[in-house]
Amino acid sequence: MQENERPRLQVRGISKQFPGVLANDRVSFSVAPGEIHALLGENGAGKSTLVKMIYGIMQPDEGEMFWNGQPLLVSNPKAARSRGIGMVFQHFSLFEALSVLENIALGMDGSLSMGELEKKVREVMQDYGLMLDPGRVVSSLSVGERQRIEIVRALLLKPELLIMDEPTSVLTPQEVTQLFETLRKLASEGCSILYISHKLHEIKELCDTATILRGGKVVGECNPAEETSKSMAEMMIGGSLKEISRGEDGALGDVLLKVNGLSLGRNHDFGTALADISFEVRRGEIFGVAGVAGNGQNELLEAMSGEMPAPREDAIILHGRPMGLLGPNQRRKAGLCCVPEERNGHAAIGDFSLSDNAVLTARHRKGLVKSGMVQGRAAEKYTREIISRFSVMATGPMAQAGSLSGGNLQKFIMGREILQVPEVLVVSQPTWGVDAGAAAFIHQALVDMAQAGSAIVVISQDLDELLALCETISVINEGKLSRAMPIKGVSVEELGLLMGGIHGTEETGERDRVENGAEKNGSGGIKEGKADAVQA
Amino acid sequence: MNIDITIAIIITMVGASTPLLLAALGELVVEKSGVLNLGIEGMMLTGAVVGFAVTFNTGNPWLGIGAAALAGVMVSMLFAVLTLSLASNQVATGLALTIFGTGFSALFGQAYTGKPIALFDSVFPETLTEDRFLRVFFDYSPLVYFSFLMTFLVWWFLQKTRAGLILRAVGENDHSAHSMGYSVTGVRYGAVAFGGAMAGIAGACFPLLLTPQWVEGLTGGRGWIALALVVFAAWRPGRLLAGAYLFGLIATMELYAKAAGGAFRILPSELWASLPYLATIVVLVLISLRRTKNSGAPACLGKPFMPNN
Repeated sequence: MQENERPRLQVRGISKQFPGVLANDRVSFSVAPGEIHALLGENGAGKSTLVKMIYGIMQPDEGEMFWNGQPLLVSNPKAARSRGIGMVFQHFSLFEALSVLENIALGMDGSLSMGELEKKVREVMQDYGLMLDPGRVVSSLSVGERQRIEIVRALLLKPELLIMDEPTSVLTPQEVTQLFETLRKLASEGCSILYISHKLHEIKELCDTATILRGGKVVGECNPAEETSKSMAEMMIGGSLKEISRGEDGALGDVLLKVNGLSLGRNHDFGTALADISFEVRRGEIFGVAGVAGNGQNELLEAMSGEMPAPREDAIILHGRPMGLLGPNQRRKAGLCCVPEERNGHAAIGDFSLSDNAVLTARHRKGLVKSGMVQGRAAEKYTREIISRFSVMATGPMAQAGSLSGGNLQKFIMGREILQVPEVLVVSQPTWGVDAGAAAFIHQALVDMAQAGSAIVVISQDLDELLALCETISVINEGKLSRAMPIKGVSVEELGLLMGGIHGTEETGERDRVENGAEKNGSGGIKEGKADAVQA
Repeated sequence: MNIDITIAIIITMVGASTPLLLAALGELVVEKSGVLNLGIEGMMLTGAVVGFAVTFNTGNPWLGIGAAALAGVMVSMLFAVLTLSLASNQVATGLALTIFGTGFSALFGQAYTGKPIALFDSVFPETLTEDRFLRVFFDYSPLVYFSFLMTFLVWWFLQKTRAGLILRAVGENDHSAHSMGYSVTGVRYGAVAFGGAMAGIAGACFPLLLTPQWVEGLTGGRGWIALALVVFAAWRPGRLLAGAYLFGLIATMELYAKAAGGAFRILPSELWASLPYLATIVVLVLISLRRTKNSGAPACLGKPFMPNN
């Protein structure tokens, strides 16, 4: 990076107005050739809008862009690609039933024959260490492997600027390391990278420069290596970041949840069998389950919620009462509530109002149904309470669940369960795709709930989240749960190895996982409707 | 069973299978693009009556086939405008199409009841078509060879061409295909038109290949069997060919069970008639028993697509 070099991309005074919001307000920054430049900001800060304009999906209302010193006009993504701008989206647009090669071909202009394309794909994969069999069908791939398809697709166009939108949210630490190596190699060859993320330590590790956005404006530019994560987070949020506040490190109470040798067969081809899972959670404890997507997390949650009843009554014991054979409603009544990972379609029904969604899971514990009749007013009141206590941005109890942003819907769902004050709450991916502010709020709510005397199980792929929240952590891999470890004294490397499989080497772990047919978490896959879970 | 009867059965089977195969090939392409057109029976009847009328009036079966294909396309475009441009429900619209085709063919066909038409000349010389054994291969209408050619072409198009890949992509994930810049609605219009043409030709097979006169409702529900056949074949052209001949054989057995007696009376003809549906149910059960996520069904089958939501 030389100071006097012409910038690869220069953005000057870009503004974009949406109805009611100024999404970008005179944003300016520049990216040098070979520079890895971070765009840092909360959800809604305007990062996505900004890169969408650079990639030609949207047009700016005002301002100009320059590409290697020349004015840059991109009317559509195709024009952007022809200029050498590539983008890897957070949500992959892949075709599940088609092969890797077919997916890549669909993203190309079609001037190459399949044979030639395959040769080029193999070359790119070789050069950047992105190993993948072009003949594999996408539905059998892990999330990390799916991302590699998108990266290969972008690299085939020999980009001079690669935009990466939240690329690590679903990867294991080892996969992240691998991705960073690829990105560094690209940068060393002169490709500029625009890296969007809210994971501060990654930005510190990878990026040369960071532009921080808040409310559509650039609020700062910094060298991440010289900043602390805290200082960058404060710039991003525009105030001091509240650390999770805990009361006294009180001793944990009695055992509220005991899982005893829980085993379950695979429920479908892409599922994972649960093998002899045992753990205990005490009153006031937050118990974390780490692991890469598709290693049995969904099955574990379904086993806990009662969607998949356990084979034995005493496999799940809630405060001395066996729960193993009960269904979701009976478990909820008894005080075991669950929040699945998939917000829309599993935890909530998108086409229903918030109030109706509240009735679906809170009807027993909150008395929202009496002699078979829905108590509309009580439901509305409860919904209002959730909205105000959890600062859900919604027009009111009658707002359609599907109309809420991901973070707001998640706050609503968490609120709906937490305000029922269950003895045990099991949540999967509580902050997946949620902005930092909402995530901090949800984390605090979980900690408060534990301190008020509940036991909480958090299933998450985000190690940072687990390390910040939990007292105890264990790792799920291929349907087996590792021993529980106190959070103090556990290292990320150790957890990473457990996540990669007990065999130790990453390669074997990866292959085994693939053979297991990892079911993907929400990002790319089409989820089957699981609305019945809430209806049940 | 003597050899002549066997040969006769084979020849009847090939005839019975051909319209099934043609209509199902068309529907396979339609469904691969993510559209479920339940109106095959209606399009077939429209094709049948138009094909009959044109052949009767011109004396040229080739013109009849061309007109039948065109009529199929026109009726299918009615379906396409309603379901693709106006996003109406595909199931209801398809059923309406069948009801329309049934009525239209009955009305339009009244004038032709009992009148004979010219058939295709044989493609091969008499030495081949009249040979006691070789006629198993050569004594067929050009439509039969056309159906084989189309099976290969559909397979080749879907698996080997870029346009076929795009069509499959549209049926698999319409929103992704749209965001990549492919015209979902355009591709589906094309697929529905192809399905309409094939169903029209399949319908014209009844007067031009099977019974050279006009009878009301002459397709006898074969459009529904073609629909079942696509599912039976798990959306694969190769299996579709095998399935069409299996169902064609069953239909032939039904015919012989009705007409002849003796050996064919193993099962009553009504039971033979229901076998294709039973076989489809069995195949569906087998597919779901295998617990594979991928039955071959396109993920967006039957879902309306509107680019802006």
